[in-house]
Amino acid sequence: MKVMAQMAMVMNLDKCIGCHTCSVTCKQAWTNRTGTEYVWFNNVETRPGQGYPRRYEDQEEWKGGWTINKRGRLALKGGGRLRKLFTIFSNPKMPKIQDYYEPWTYDYATLTDAPAQEHTPVARPKSLLTGKDMKITWSSNWDDNLGGSAATLEHDPMLKKISDKVKFEFEETFMFYLPRICEHCLNPSCAASCPSGAIYKRAEDGIVLVDQDRCRGWRMCISGCPYKKVYFNHRTGKAEKCTFCFPRIEVGLPTVCSETCVGRLRYIGLMLYDADKVLEAASTTDEHGLYEAQREVFLDPNDPEVQRAAEAAGIPRDWVQAAQRSPIYALINRFKVALPLHPEYRTMPMVWYIPPLSPVVDVVKDTGYDAEDKGNLFAAIDALRIPIEYLAELFTAGDVAPVDRVLKKLAAMRSYMRDINMGRDPDPSIPAAVGMTEEEMYDMYRLLAIAKYDERYVIPPAHAEQAHSLEELATECSVSEYGGGNPEIFGEGSGGLTPIAVENFQMLQDRQTADSVASPADKSSRVNLLNWDGKGSPSGLFPPRQDEPRDEEGTP
Amino acid sequence: MDVFLWVIVPYLCLATFVVGHFWRYRYDKFGWTTRSSQLYEDRMLRIGSPLFHFGMLGVVGGHVIGLLIPRGWTEAVGMDDHLYHYVAVIGGLLAGIAATVGLVILIYRRRTVGPVFSATTAMDKVMYLFLGAAIVLGMWNTIAGSIFTLGGEYNYREGVSVWYRSFLAFNPDPELMADAPIGFQLHALVAFGLFALWPFTRLVHVFSAPVGYLTRPYIVYRSRDDDQLGSHKPRRGWDRVG
Repeated sequence: MKVMAQMAMVMNLDKCIGCHTCSVTCKQAWTNRTGTEYVWFNNVETRPGQGYPRRYEDQEEWKGGWTINKRGRLALKGGGRLRKLFTIFSNPKMPKIQDYYEPWTYDYATLTDAPAQEHTPVARPKSLLTGKDMKITWSSNWDDNLGGSAATLEHDPMLKKISDKVKFEFEETFMFYLPRICEHCLNPSCAASCPSGAIYKRAEDGIVLVDQDRCRGWRMCISGCPYKKVYFNHRTGKAEKCTFCFPRIEVGLPTVCSETCVGRLRYIGLMLYDADKVLEAASTTDEHGLYEAQREVFLDPNDPEVQRAAEAAGIPRDWVQAAQRSPIYALINRFKVALPLHPEYRTMPMVWYIPPLSPVVDVVKDTGYDAEDKGNLFAAIDALRIPIEYLAELFTAGDVAPVDRVLKKLAAMRSYMRDINMGRDPDPSIPAAVGMTEEEMYDMYRLLAIAKYDERYVIPPAHAEQAHSLEELATECSVSEYGGGNPEIFGEGSGGLTPIAVENFQMLQDRQTADSVASPADKSSRVNLLNWDGKGSPSGLFPPRQDEPRDEEGTP
Repeated sequence: MDVFLWVIVPYLCLATFVVGHFWRYRYDKFGWTTRSSQLYEDRMLRIGSPLFHFGMLGVVGGHVIGLLIPRGWTEAVGMDDHLYHYVAVIGGLLAGIAATVGLVILIYRRRTVGPVFSATTAMDKVMYLFLGAAIVLGMWNTIAGSIFTLGGEYNYREGVSVWYRSFLAFNPDPELMADAPIGFQLHALVAFGLFALWPFTRLVHVFSAPVGYLTRPYIVYRSRDDDQLGSHKPRRGWDRVG
């Protein structure tokens, strides 16, 4: 047994209202730079829908993740090492920018600069790649709330698998939101695809990161990841991906997407797992067995033997305690209501989901029946094949039984808690019907519905005595000492090593003083009033006076 | 003049090449990348890039054989001049044409596809100039020199190659290059110019050819560097206690 710790996330989809706050705050924190305009480390998809990038789930086309080869062994679906090297000059499976979307901005300056004219001036969309006028035809959430789905829904690869039963009639449709980040897999195919060995899994907390100094831009990770959650920064020529906000995690703070989640639907905690069993579990022949196989890889942090092995593996005592209190462990292995996203990709993903009961509840409510009655809900779960099968395509490789069990537990919790809230006697037969005790049911309710901050996020910080030198604090060196490199010659971002916090600070600063339509060639010449914090008067805020030389040095 | 062209300039270029790479690797690992533009456009790249790169691999292989292997060695394994010439011209032509066609496609793509063009740095343009010139001159030497023998017969294995080996042995003989046809001289000079530019261009990605991928385990685990958490060494007086 080789015990390793993994930082993991669970999202409760019933609570997601699709507000995209997670996406926006993540983008503000991590990808608000040139080169990453089209990049959303966190995105929220409306399902059914094509997703972002378009149709990324169709692995027959994109060849992401792992597969079982003819000899019955686990192999990269996109081809092994020799094939990767042979196609290195032009990656045949890499998505084009149009599969994500062509990033754009608006020519806002026209609104104020335009001369007097008969018609109101218009801020035209300008491509951020070419700087030219463009027609916006797609984006990261173009089909938000099923918008335009009459034309696009049929392209959903998951819906296609069950499409013979689906009628595209809006009165019969169902919908839910699926927020996605990098899965920080136990068996990451992006890392396996990287020719340079730049993508690594951190031994301490399992976070999958790209070493920006070792990445050489071969682009194999982008096609290797079946979730398409590794992105190519087209300005720096390097791969970038969700970092699980490791500078925050290291000091015990939840990720930005979790912290800002309006619905409070995200849970973060540790999972202990047996690294020796990962390969075997990922090689499970039957796709339907992958969900259970991955659950078996996880270790029970309350088991004394596991604790001893963890100590031997150098996992600190407080980390084991955090694993015992982990909401992730409770949702995955105790209540068994969380399911992995696409276990059939065999990457052993570590961001799990509690499937939404709401499509079922909505249908029952619309029919006029009591939507909190256990009998009604159970019957509806059995009757509503299409939502259940669709969820199964997402979370259990098409196996309906586990999804059915989870939804029944959620339905049971609804009816059981209603009795308590209405002041009636709780009915012990309800938890029993889904194989739970009353106490378990109440605990689950507390974790899912009350969802206290310190119960949702159990994040053991890296040790305090190290904290001063962790990235986020970066106290040793003033911000102004970083930088250098020559973007004209080596491309954007070249130069010495810069801590992430400082890099973001400087880039934000650059951005705050720029509003050029495309390439920030005239960075310092204009001021973006949206980002201006009101202090001082940056150069370019006012046109230069005629009798006075232009002020070059603006106060930021 | 001969000493300047065939001793001083080559060694200056070689020194720039070596020191430049060391400096770039030391101070600009983040800028060390292919700077791929596949995201912007991949229809032309799909044809042009493999054609150019595989062609160049052949060209480099041909140069290694032609420049580094003395004539005596090939004769010792029973390969007479005629057979060698035949193999070299056929192989050189195939690789050269592939590289040239690939480069033409890539340059055309770079100029005409908007996003690719705007991602092109000044250094890229200079590099393309040298690379293109080196390839064109090399093709000229192969076609005009070796096939049509314009400007007289010249066996580079007696001249240029010997000079090159003497250059690498730090015992250069400039006379050999001074006697070579102008095509070879220009080709060599442009190539040395390219070598001098090399460390400051995207060409550095050649030295990152990921051959280690063939032998390393698929999943890389790395520990947070315990000696150095974050980007800095802990300051004096802030030593860890745990």
